Amino acid sequence: MVKINGEQLDKAGKTVAEMLAEMNISELRVAVEINEVIVPKASYSDTVLKDGDTVEVVRFVGGG
Amino acid sequence: MSIPTREEMYRALEERHGRELQRKFAEASVAVCGLGGLGSNIAISLARAGIGHLHLIDFDRVDISNLNRQQYFADQIGLPKTEALTANLKMIAPYCDVTADCVRLDEDNMPEFLKNEGIICEAFDKADQKAMLVNYVLENMPEKYLVAASGMAGIAPANLITTKRITKRFYLCGDGVSDAAEGMGLVAARVMICAAHQAHAVIRIIAEEFDT
Repeated sequence: MVKINGEQLDKAGKTVAEMLAEMNISELRVAVEINEVIVPKASYSDTVLKDGDTVEVVRFVGGG
Repeated sequence: MSIPTREEMYRALEERHGRELQRKFAEASVAVCGLGGLGSNIAISLARAGIGHLHLIDFDRVDISNLNRQQYFADQIGLPKTEALTANLKMIAPYCDVTADCVRLDEDNMPEFLKNEGIICEAFDKADQKAMLVNYVLENMPEKYLVAASGMAGIAPANLITTKRITKRFYLCGDGVSDAAEGMGLVAARVMICAAHQAHAVIRIIAEEFDT
């Protein structure tokens, strides 16, 4: 299981890109941290979520 | 009427905040990236608190459509926001050290424009620009504190806007969902609430209060 934004989800083995696609989140409007370390955008497709990871998906919406 | 001296202004702040806290505020440097509804309000809150050094960054000019929420005056329409906000800050806090750059931040120029300040506020309007700045700073400037915002449009309850400490040096304010692109636009009070969350997160970082 992977803890994503505080929720335990069955996403181990998926890449960050796959996770974002399943969450319907654009890669252009997000920041992803795994275990408190930022995932570079260029690595979304080859960064695999592991059992026990803590993931923060920060989604940006417009307005300011 | 003449304005107070530097010493008089400082003493008045010391009386409010205490000597030690005011010393930290006066020594602090904060970059405000984007001078719209978030950034203009953030800068004013920080200047009023006596933050010593502010770096204002925006490429845009004041437009009539900004006056519903941004801290500009009707006779400033057409001025660069950097110039207009610097003038407004100087009327509030004449001895605040304000640096302003009228420039559009991108991945090529961020190392240059963001190098000096220990705390960076993301106060852009567009979601992809917010993500660009946040990703860049988190990837390349891990020593800096970053205070960003997402979700403050419309008239949903004020209490949905929160400050979250995502990781040690990264704070996120807003409700996370209210997108200005869908349905209703931005309303002054709610944008100011989010800006105040950001400014207060900065204040607490400077005060070394990290428990949020």
